[in-house]
Amino acid sequence: MKTLVWVEHDGSSVKDATLAVVTAASKLGEVHLLVAGSGVDGVDGVAKEAAQIAGVGKVHVADNAAFGHNLPENIAPLVAELMASHDAFLAPATTTGKNIAPRVAALLDVMQISEILSVEGDKSFTRPIYAGNAIATVESSDAKLVLTVRGTAFDKAATSGGSGTIEAVSAGGDAGLSSFVGAEIAKQDRPELTSAKIIVSGGRALGSSEKYEEVIVPLADKLGAALGASRAAVDAGYVPNDYQVGQTGKIVAPQVYFAIGISGAIQHLAGMKDSKTIVAINKDEDAPIFQVADFGLVADLFSAVPELTGKI
Amino acid sequence: MKILVPVKRVLDYNVKPRVKSDGTGVDLANVKMSMNPFDEIGVEEAIRLKEKGVATEIVAVSVGPQKAQETLRTALAMGADRAILVQTDDAVEPLAIAKILKGIADAEQPGLVILGKQAIDDDNNQTGQMLAALTGWAQGTFASAVNVDGDSVNVTREVDGGLETVKLKLPAIVTTDLRLNEPRYASLPNIMKAKSKPLDTKTPADYGVDTTPRVKVVKVSEPPVRSAGVKVADVDELVAKLKAMGVHS
Repeated sequence: MKTLVWVEHDGSSVKDATLAVVTAASKLGEVHLLVAGSGVDGVDGVAKEAAQIAGVGKVHVADNAAFGHNLPENIAPLVAELMASHDAFLAPATTTGKNIAPRVAALLDVMQISEILSVEGDKSFTRPIYAGNAIATVESSDAKLVLTVRGTAFDKAATSGGSGTIEAVSAGGDAGLSSFVGAEIAKQDRPELTSAKIIVSGGRALGSSEKYEEVIVPLADKLGAALGASRAAVDAGYVPNDYQVGQTGKIVAPQVYFAIGISGAIQHLAGMKDSKTIVAINKDEDAPIFQVADFGLVADLFSAVPELTGKI
Repeated sequence: MKILVPVKRVLDYNVKPRVKSDGTGVDLANVKMSMNPFDEIGVEEAIRLKEKGVATEIVAVSVGPQKAQETLRTALAMGADRAILVQTDDAVEPLAIAKILKGIADAEQPGLVILGKQAIDDDNNQTGQMLAALTGWAQGTFASAVNVDGDSVNVTREVDGGLETVKLKLPAIVTTDLRLNEPRYASLPNIMKAKSKPLDTKTPADYGVDTTPRVKVVKVSEPPVRSAGVKVADVDELVAKLKAMGVHS
């Protein structure tokens, strides 16, 4: 089987999410990549980096102003055209992948299989449903596959050792339907949430953004951890939206997940219950989070967390 | 302009799903069902656009069993003007739903279709994007703000890392994210009034759509259960546990 993997990049380097997708694709067959973007230098650099990824065959490079901001109206027809010579399209289950892949699937008249957790056979996969409360094993009967891949479920492919050949693609252009207006990207000097080894997450019990800064941030700093939050903390405005872990936020599976002042609603658990070790600090001993926590501390977070920060 | 709001009847989000012991699916017998939360946000946004004078009519649509009428009545009670139920007892996949919605869009000629970003049962996150592909319209997924401006709409999207704004030519497809708005509750008088609002019943065949599934569900199982953890007595004990795991700066 020939697969085509969507390379998510920021215009200068390949994003980590792509590496897990390459691993999933390699279980199906030959791995080809697609680097689409705008601007010769950036896209060339990304393509060269992509070609180094272990196990990669061909790297298709589509450089066109229309591909600059991952607009699905412009990208999906390009992918659909390349799919004439591929059997499967795989994208990371990031906001970019989720935006593009279903549009590709409909253009190809196939059903997409979202957020696969494992490859069971050539056309068989597992995926979570009901916020991760059930796992479905599914089998496609379509001629071509369109898949999005949950990054935390697959090992990342090595970023070196590959020797892909780079080939320019001239297909596609501006569909004239949409344009990019602007972006506000939250500044973070810390590890990215979805790839961090340790995550310190805060919930509604913190009470304010000042307390989040005062209690959660120093512990994360000490551990070199990424910062996360429950939906309640995001909705209350303690932290930006992209900190949110859960069914509707990010799905994470770090080595250690600290849930601080988070009760553990099913929508939150959906985003973090595959973490290797879960540590919960909550003053309510009946909080559902304690049912999934490996280590639970029933205590007032405002005294326990600073003490913990001081002692590790 | 007319706005089309597809809504789905799903297991209520507060109910903990139970996997059937024969592995054929999740037990939906005698459990509370309600409107998919993201769809409520879609209905609310359509109503707000009508209140602003941008929208003239709101048509709620659902594909599903007879009981999906209840979900449509909820949308009507919130403020939708009329409803269409595409009735079928089969499980319909996003691609087939998108094809049915394309048929309805062709007939109704809406200026906007506002869907939820995902249904909380299948967690697919596909229907809006697929409908956009089939209609050839632009898509603004994971919307946290929608501003119609003449013959285009600016959609602010929640993306990994922050927010992004795109400008889409109308007609367009928007899918809602949680923070787009806070849906209103239907008042009792409005629930009563909704009973007399028009609700048409159609079938997938009316739109020439074959709903045969492309993806077969072989088995549904419980996720791996986490082994029971321990409660530690104090911070010192927690620190000792963390150090034993090698967690330190």
